[in-house]
Amino acid sequence: MIKNILNLGDAALYCDFGSDVNQEINSNVIKYFYHIKKLNLKGITNLTPSYNKLIISYDLNIHSFLSLKKKIENIEIKENNKLEKNLIEIPVCCDNNFALDIKRVENKLKLKSEIILEKFFSKNYFCYMTGFVAGMPFLGDLEKDMRLKRLETPRVKVPKGSVGITEQFCNIYTFETPGGWNILGNTPQNIFDTFNQSNPNLVNPGDTIKFYRITLDQYNEIKR
Amino acid sequence: MKSKDRNYFKILRAGINTTYQDLGRNNLYHIGIPFSGAMDKRNFQLLNSLLQNDYNSPVIEFAYQGPHLKYFGKDIFFCISGNVSFKIITKEGVIDGNSYQCYLLKNGDEVDIHSTNKSVYGYFSINGTFGVDYYWGSCSINTQAQIGPNNGNKFSKDLEIEIIDINNSFNKRKLDYLGSTIENIRVIKGTNYDYFSESSQNKFFKESFKITKLSDRMGMRLEGPKIENIVDPNIKSEGLVKGVIQITSAGDPIIMLSDHGTIGGYPKIATVISADYDRLVQLTPGSNIKFKDVSLEDAETLYKLYQMETNNIISQIK
Repeated sequence: MIKNILNLGDAALYCDFGSDVNQEINSNVIKYFYHIKKLNLKGITNLTPSYNKLIISYDLNIHSFLSLKKKIENIEIKENNKLEKNLIEIPVCCDNNFALDIKRVENKLKLKSEIILEKFFSKNYFCYMTGFVAGMPFLGDLEKDMRLKRLETPRVKVPKGSVGITEQFCNIYTFETPGGWNILGNTPQNIFDTFNQSNPNLVNPGDTIKFYRITLDQYNEIKR
Repeated sequence: MKSKDRNYFKILRAGINTTYQDLGRNNLYHIGIPFSGAMDKRNFQLLNSLLQNDYNSPVIEFAYQGPHLKYFGKDIFFCISGNVSFKIITKEGVIDGNSYQCYLLKNGDEVDIHSTNKSVYGYFSINGTFGVDYYWGSCSINTQAQIGPNNGNKFSKDLEIEIIDINNSFNKRKLDYLGSTIENIRVIKGTNYDYFSESSQNKFFKESFKITKLSDRMGMRLEGPKIENIVDPNIKSEGLVKGVIQITSAGDPIIMLSDHGTIGGYPKIATVISADYDRLVQLTPGSNIKFKDVSLEDAETLYKLYQMETNNIISQIK
């Protein structure tokens, strides 16, 4: 399933699973990721799965590129290896104070805000990867008529909990950070828990997300 | 603990970016948490060796201006690594300290770390152990994700640094070491090298780039000839590694450092080799650097040589 393994610098393997972004390719990346993680190979210092790549960082004192490449190439993964999937429900409030870009999205998509939100909440989303900042899930896919580009000028600070869309993807800002996604609402739910060290992420690659809409009162109730 | 038994430093001035660091945390990229850890691993290693501490003991890292610390407790030794100017203030008077040399501190003495010289990071520690909390096996503070002791924040004034253990059998040691610097940063061509025009590829290796002020533990932004992208200014977001050089939509290089975001969508033109990382992070804003292309095999050998050199320096501690 790995098409090609290159080096990224002198201390990482760059495993290429293809150039498209779809759930089939991504599921292969995630299968490899969990499989290699479970092997607990000495000298592997990080695994970074993304849409269609898996980067394996290693300790140069223990491995060289060629020896580790061979090891990874010899890994056999059964096609019918099932991915463990969780369904996670996440509340989102779309009050005007939170839906920072709803006007822009209305203009770009030429849809009324109620239709946009109805479409957004009617789908389940697949988690392709987590990262950039701790715990941020990259989810997909949005319907074709819901896709638009990032903001021309990214915000310097996107509030924590913001739920945003861009192209075929949506995400949740787990920390206040700069960002350019179109913000439709905010979740009071903590998505990343620093103090839960065995499982800090609420959402993990391969999981399915169902967003549900809540009122401002309900938001404040959960937040309390 | 009764207060008279306490051994601690009080922070009189925090400095610009002062944090606890150790070797960092592994195997968390997939949830968005980078390695972190001491930026300059060689100076981290030298400091713990000088103080006869465990190789992964916590140290205090500072950048540019360091902290001013006042000590309370029983006699203790401290040492500083890096190219650093500092003063030791005791009842007998004020003296200028030297890096890589251990000094005795008595109750009420102060250490005032003025600045790092022609470099960015310096390290401070003691013959003992700071009382720190561990997060995923590391006490490194990542201020961006607010992970680590002190609620993941850098040090601030009036903070008290607890010492939970002092090595009483410690003998004062020192090292004659001047540090080493580089101007040519050796890199391996990146996975998106062919995204850039031939003339830009040439410029990348022939012309020099200036390190801008927009540089911190997360990344180093450079300025120089614009690198022209002839394929696509973005790639499908994918993992990043320490030292990888991305080219932004504006055509400027940005080098990912120890606290970097774990995924990114800019094309990768090259990656700094592991042997040059410690010296790269010590280059100050305003410095000019040139990139030099090396093969993967050479990079692997150069790393082994770099490690041998570090061990050789450690063997000269007396």
